[in-house]
Amino acid sequence: MSQVNLFTKRINKALSNNQLQTSFRSAMSYLMEGRLKRFPDYDKLQLSRTKSNSIRANSVSNLGDLLVTLENNLTKNGVKVHWAETATQANEIIHSVLKKANAKTVVKGKSMVSEEIELNEYLIDNGIDILETDLGEFLIQLDDDKPSHIVMPAIHKNKFEIARSFADNFPDLEYTEDVDKLTQQARLVLRDKFSHADAGISGVNFAVAETGTLCLVENEGNGRMSTTVPNLHIAVTGIEKVVEKLENIPPLFDILPKSATGQECTTYFNMISGPRKDNEKDGPTEVHLVLLDNGRSRVSRDTSLNDILNCIRCGSCINHCPVYVKLGGHAYGTVYPGPVGIVFESLTQGLDKAGALTSACTMCGACAQVCPVKIPLPTLINRLRNESIEGVDSDSVLGKGSLKKPIESSIWKGWRFIYSNPLVYLLFVKTMTRMRLLVPTNIGKWSKYRNTPKPSKRSIEEIARSEGFINE
Amino acid sequence: MNSSRDNILNNLLKHSIENKPSKVVEKESHNPLSSKKKIESLKNMLESVRAEVHLLTSNSLNEWINSELPKRNLSRLLIGNDTIQSNLGLTFSDDFDVTFYTENIEKWKDKLFNEIDVGITTTTGAIARTGSLVLWPNSEEPRLISLVPDVHIAIVKVDEIYETFSEIVEKQNWSENMPTNALLISGPSKTADIEQVLAYGVHGPKELIVLIVS
Repeated sequence: MSQVNLFTKRINKALSNNQLQTSFRSAMSYLMEGRLKRFPDYDKLQLSRTKSNSIRANSVSNLGDLLVTLENNLTKNGVKVHWAETATQANEIIHSVLKKANAKTVVKGKSMVSEEIELNEYLIDNGIDILETDLGEFLIQLDDDKPSHIVMPAIHKNKFEIARSFADNFPDLEYTEDVDKLTQQARLVLRDKFSHADAGISGVNFAVAETGTLCLVENEGNGRMSTTVPNLHIAVTGIEKVVEKLENIPPLFDILPKSATGQECTTYFNMISGPRKDNEKDGPTEVHLVLLDNGRSRVSRDTSLNDILNCIRCGSCINHCPVYVKLGGHAYGTVYPGPVGIVFESLTQGLDKAGALTSACTMCGACAQVCPVKIPLPTLINRLRNESIEGVDSDSVLGKGSLKKPIESSIWKGWRFIYSNPLVYLLFVKTMTRMRLLVPTNIGKWSKYRNTPKPSKRSIEEIARSEGFINE
Repeated sequence: MNSSRDNILNNLLKHSIENKPSKVVEKESHNPLSSKKKIESLKNMLESVRAEVHLLTSNSLNEWINSELPKRNLSRLLIGNDTIQSNLGLTFSDDFDVTFYTENIEKWKDKLFNEIDVGITTTTGAIARTGSLVLWPNSEEPRLISLVPDVHIAIVKVDEIYETFSEIVEKQNWSENMPTNALLISGPSKTADIEQVLAYGVHGPKELIVLIVS
């Protein structure tokens, strides 16, 4: 089945699920209101967005230099740096590091990049016991499910489903539908895992080139547990997460939680600059960083598309998207949903694989207005729509023209012919206005949700003339 | 084995041909907070995320800990070492079971996870605007004191309260001497992953008690 048909099928499934739509409507309203409360001063918000945008744009336009500096400083600090061009390479690197350390059990903090490379599946296939420890991700893993939002992965589940899942997975625990009690039960189960795990895996929110520092943003403490208790810590991140200086961090950490969840700041901001030193008594003795490309470097070369690499993964564009709120995250069928997902997935996977997503946009522009790093998402989506049909000359885009349909092309070709030949045009207009009653009311998918347009009795030219306009 | 590295670096955009701004110089302009306002802001922000905050003097600190903790049935304390303890002017009564974090974690992990109620740490400062504590764990005060026990008591010196994160990074010259681990802590551990209902104490401390000492 083509990507378009598959996407349509998932859309129809989502649109027929009322419970799902109620969950997403309420979650998105909660996140939008939360964000709004944190930005009472419009001018200040704009200043803050401009600042964050310049920091990120600076990173993206100097990625090569910054990555080398980051590598040098991390190495100096005792962190081993690995480079992975593809998801498979990243998985292999992580697996080999674990194998070398004889690590069999792994606790993992929330990381969208690890979802992108399908790390869990890979490691489990290779006999490694890997456990998600962020509460939302843990709930997802229990049900063998997928995240439906990049910040709040389990918003598609209600507490009754979660209670049932706990009852199935942990028969010894008392059945409860109380959120506090469920949370405490998860604490109990996971604490034991933290204290015994051989290794911890995490993502990275920002990597500071100047100091060789990995920054992690979180509320639960599972990120700190995963990066502090086990003897081995492996961080995995996209190459675009690097920033030049430490002084770039406070502005980004200011705008990220406000945009993401409407928090003034998150409970923890964890800055890791190396493994345990000789006299230190805890922390991992070995720290690794895997830098993942997976299409990012290719995207970086197109300066009108590489704005997407500014993204700090706050999810704000998703929260404000009128399409996402109706569909939920799973309908996209990709790791990153919503506006950021449309662009990122179409670019990294290629339009031939994920280009259908570009249709899931109303061009309302809400995403671009809320984006803390000012990514012009609708402009990028529009460009990609164009690329998926016409395909301009850019080697940053894969699958150019893959959504081109012969019938659509011939219609536009005909259109161009008519409109560039005055005589044909006149004839066409005459015919259409005189034969208007012959235009069918049912023209397939178009008329399913819309009224079929009917030509008017007289062309605009005729109307203008009868109103007394000449050669206007 | 470096081929991936070279391929990625070669594939990247070659230096900024575009005139993307390389640096933002603009500093936020606002009226600096007085020290009284800083304390007030720190307290309000922390309390808004369900941390408990008390203003004490160096003399009343010892009294507070010795009288309050037994009331809450918290007796198994963890603190860096005896120097930290005496620098804070703390003397614990015999009712407490005090552990110093003087051995590597591998040797006593089970005890840390199962037999400690409270971890007490100092801080290297606090951030008034966001209600954040700043910790630079080190060999004397290791990382897990502020993470594993159910209750974390953090002691903040009143003259080490900064207004913003940027300010503390700059004034304490962080970029020149980043430690293995630097932390901002703004409240007890929490989550809203189930139906956006806020629940406290997921993985880290269930309670955060901040004692601001003048």
